[in-house]
Amino acid sequence: MVELATDLTVREIARAAETVLGRNVQVTPETDIARDLAVDSLALMNIVMELEDRFDLSIPLDRLATVQTVGDLSELINKLRMKA
Amino acid sequence: MGLLDKHLGYRAPLDGIRAVGADPSAVRFDAVLSPTEGMLDGRKVILLGTNNYLGLTFDPECIEASAAAVREWGTGTTGSRFANGTFSGHTALENALARFYGRKHAMVFTTGYQANLGGISALVGRGDHLILDADSHASIYDAAKLSGAEVIRFRHNDPDDLAKRLRRLGDAPGGRLIVVEGIYSMIGDVAPLKEFAAVKREMGGYLLVDEAHSMGVLGEKGRGLAEAAGVEADVDFIVGTFSKSLGAVGGFLVSDEDNFDLLRIVSRPYMFTASLPPAVIASTLKALQRLEDDRDLRVRLSANADRLYEGLRALGFVVGPHASPITAVVMPDQATAVMMWNALLQNGVYLNLAVPPATPDNQALLRSSVSAAHTPAQIDEVLAVFERLGQEFGLLKHSLRASA
Repeated sequence: MVELATDLTVREIARAAETVLGRNVQVTPETDIARDLAVDSLALMNIVMELEDRFDLSIPLDRLATVQTVGDLSELINKLRMKA
Repeated sequence: MGLLDKHLGYRAPLDGIRAVGADPSAVRFDAVLSPTEGMLDGRKVILLGTNNYLGLTFDPECIEASAAAVREWGTGTTGSRFANGTFSGHTALENALARFYGRKHAMVFTTGYQANLGGISALVGRGDHLILDADSHASIYDAAKLSGAEVIRFRHNDPDDLAKRLRRLGDAPGGRLIVVEGIYSMIGDVAPLKEFAAVKREMGGYLLVDEAHSMGVLGEKGRGLAEAAGVEADVDFIVGTFSKSLGAVGGFLVSDEDNFDLLRIVSRPYMFTASLPPAVIASTLKALQRLEDDRDLRVRLSANADRLYEGLRALGFVVGPHASPITAVVMPDQATAVMMWNALLQNGVYLNLAVPPATPDNQALLRSSVSAAHTPAQIDEVLAVFERLGQEFGLLKHSLRASA
């Protein structure tokens, strides 16, 4: 069940990234957001904004400091969703 | 591996820009002749990117006030207000700003950047919510980091999006500070402040407006967008700068909020930096008086802004949504922007090359700012250069004017 939720979140992250970056995006939980996706801090903030709308959730930017991989981001989102 | 190796990703783009011609990050003026003209490699260029909105940098009264202050008080304060004391000019300027804005309190910072950094980071902290327009200036983002508050961005100039994000916060504990700018510095667009104020009234929280580019530009009295939009009562904090319409350097925060004096000991960017030198304080105080006394400055600024904006639009250039003292010409790509910027400089027009990530939507922009001190003839000269180069670079396919 937990795995399913993670898969779904990772898929939503890929779709949000596609919307913001305007190109096809393939990700796994191990994907390094800055290095593998060539996403700078501004694009990451825009992806997060998109994800906030998809999950109807607040994702404070200060929480991104520890996010490096898609898996980190997915974990943060799932944690925030449980809290909400 | 050197410490700076982590920045090497910037090497190729920077070298690429430098290879085309002049280095936009290091344009060196041999002399500045007036608010609108400088000397570059022995040639006169029109200054069209200096945010010198009222053209007061060479105002004789401001220069005299500044010169008198440096003679009487010396060249610098050599320390912070806390350690080295307040000079009478600092208090006079703070009183003048409070009176100008009709507020109880004002404090002066050493730069506009520090006004945001020091103001915002002292207003919100851990457990509070800071809600920012997505296109906020770097000083606001840096303030967010320094504050330790929970930071939420809303879509640029979108009051509905702000409301949606505030609603999401629900009844989470902690203070809420909404931050917007009067005029945005890159393309000169104005915030829908009336609508933002309505959202704030409905949903609660404090509202801070950064009037850096709108002070002395908008409003009957020149107080900025909050005045022009008729919502000053809804704005809890105003941040501004002395380095644009007031022609010097420095920044300020004004408010009616109780316990404002505590900011002077909790705001680190205020407390741990040297205060502004007397000469800067004196010229700023005089410039504020000039701004208040001479409405013609704003009339001329507005006429120049319209002349440049409408002129560029008529030529067929892609410009921002409405006329403003800042006009950004959208270039098809960065390479064209760099070539065009160099060609403009070669032809006597200095403005700003603005490229991602400093620009919204990854655009490559030629950003200009006009001054009340520009003559209509100077604006026309700029337009003529734009037309000639625009044709040369094939940028004027949809010109509304008959080409020569």
